[in-house]
Amino acid sequence: MLRLTNLNSRHRGLLLIATGLCLATLMAITQGAYPIILMDLIGWLLGGSMDQVAENVVLNIRLPRVLLGLLTGAALGLSGAVMQALFRNPLAEPGLVGLSAGASLGAVIAIVLTSGGLLLVGGFAFIGALGATFLAYTLGQRSSNNAGLLLAGIAINTIGFSAMGLLIVQANDAELRDLTFWNMGSLAGANWSILAWLAPWITVTSCLLMRHWRALNALLLGDHETFHLGFDLPQLRGRLITLIALTVAPTVAVTGGIGFVGLVIPHLVRLWLGADHRWVLPASCLGGALALTLADWVARVAMPPMELPIGLVTSLIGGPFFVWLLMRDKQA
Amino acid sequence: MFGFWHKFLVGTVTMVAGLGVAQADTLRLISLGGNVTEIIYALGGDQWLVGTDQSSLYPLAAQDLPNVGYYRRLPAEGVASLRPTLVIASENAGPPRSIEQLRALGITLITVSDQPTVASLHRRVNEIARAIGRSSEAPAILEKFDQSLAQARGHFSPNMRAMTVVMRSGQMLGAGGGSTADAILKLAGLTNVLSSQAGYQPLSAEVVSALAPDVIVITSSSVESMGGIQNVKASAILKHTPAVANDRLIVLDDLLAQGFSLRLPETISQIRQGIDSTHLKSPHAQTH
Repeated sequence: MLRLTNLNSRHRGLLLIATGLCLATLMAITQGAYPIILMDLIGWLLGGSMDQVAENVVLNIRLPRVLLGLLTGAALGLSGAVMQALFRNPLAEPGLVGLSAGASLGAVIAIVLTSGGLLLVGGFAFIGALGATFLAYTLGQRSSNNAGLLLAGIAINTIGFSAMGLLIVQANDAELRDLTFWNMGSLAGANWSILAWLAPWITVTSCLLMRHWRALNALLLGDHETFHLGFDLPQLRGRLITLIALTVAPTVAVTGGIGFVGLVIPHLVRLWLGADHRWVLPASCLGGALALTLADWVARVAMPPMELPIGLVTSLIGGPFFVWLLMRDKQA
Repeated sequence: MFGFWHKFLVGTVTMVAGLGVAQADTLRLISLGGNVTEIIYALGGDQWLVGTDQSSLYPLAAQDLPNVGYYRRLPAEGVASLRPTLVIASENAGPPRSIEQLRALGITLITVSDQPTVASLHRRVNEIARAIGRSSEAPAILEKFDQSLAQARGHFSPNMRAMTVVMRSGQMLGAGGGSTADAILKLAGLTNVLSSQAGYQPLSAEVVSALAPDVIVITSSSVESMGGIQNVKASAILKHTPAVANDRLIVLDDLLAQGFSLRLPETISQIRQGIDSTHLKSPHAQTH
């Protein structure tokens, strides 16, 4: 009986996040620098007509952008939750195994040494993220526990950032500014052809990640306990790291660096719904999507016609909010 | 019967007249890039401007218009929200994705030449004038520009060793090859001792002493951030240069130093005046 009510409250929590996500998505689609009247939009959705430019703005600029935000947020939230469970460390996020450093290095190489452009920068960032994670994992395998992987990640991060420094010294002013903005992230690169392969990709890798909730729960008990519960730890670690890299690398490649979501959303979810990964994983997924959708909405409507970098918004709002939440939690 | 035809005629005339006015009225122009905005003002096209970007600092009136942010990071929807009928962008504007999106929205967007050369400036003026229907104004502006530039450059070339330095965030940077500052020094008849380096790089006292520039150009905001010209002269990096020893330190207004614009003659003549006035002083300085 107790179990049932427990389940229900988690169901409710998940449902609440999902409802919030739907509302946020609607708001993000209807609001932006270009004024669109809600009734016009509803009429248009029901088959009516709308101003040609407004239709184009919604269909080709705003909608792809909102969808990219949902996918990226979900990918970041989910992989953050998995990383924190895998390393049994609340500070873990995909950057820990060199993923962000690899992506940034790839982007810098593309911006400074080639002509740039979204396709090249994204491609290089993707290869960089996967390469760095693979390298950290291979080096870390020499050690039987997580410490090896962690140290290898730190080494890869250091090497990545110094290589980046070397390139930055040679960059000109315009390239430096491009780079600064890339590191602060943006969803403006969204278009339908990117989404056409990103959406199925993220959906598949996310589902594969979520299937491991039992193993992640076992990991909470410790390495030995995980083994005795019948999980092959090295194999599990390899599989999870690969899946995380495959989930996050393409989103980072398209959006640039968006901090904070992967770190904080799983925390919020655990504070609210408890540590059972059966709930933490889907809730982090939805919560990440919600957070990024809201952040992008703020980025677009805060000071039109200008746009703020989204990474800036996530940390600017998320940081103080998180501090407040922790303080409140301590008092309770 | 007469009444009907009268009304019809008047109505038609008003409509046609209204159309002509409406066309001039409904040109809604957005300028992207400081070097573009300035020329639009010079051509008298500012009456149509409904927005600019962050780099459009001159003339000051441009700063009062809605600002779409950094022109290499254009927000497509933000630009569209100003409902422009024409966007004139520097060829350096981007990202390409935003430019594509704006064109897909049916907005006419033209890019104009924007390199730090006089030829590019000429091309830019003509391109902008054609786009806003002011082609007849361009020759006079360009002729005046060429004349003042020739006048500012004078007949002889000082052929001195020079460098441009800026101080933005606690570190003194020198302008290398490819920068606007490099092109300005060359036009002023000076040799940029840093031309082999790419863009702006941090300077060290040893390198600067070895390069021994005769002339140092520094922006006014840099002087301000260092707390006055006496601090610039006393700084460890510049102290041991012939430029400081002979008092050939030229302070240049930031807006003049940044852009390769129609005010180039003014920039060149400020630099040349700085050198000429110290020329007069130099025998005096040597007796000390």
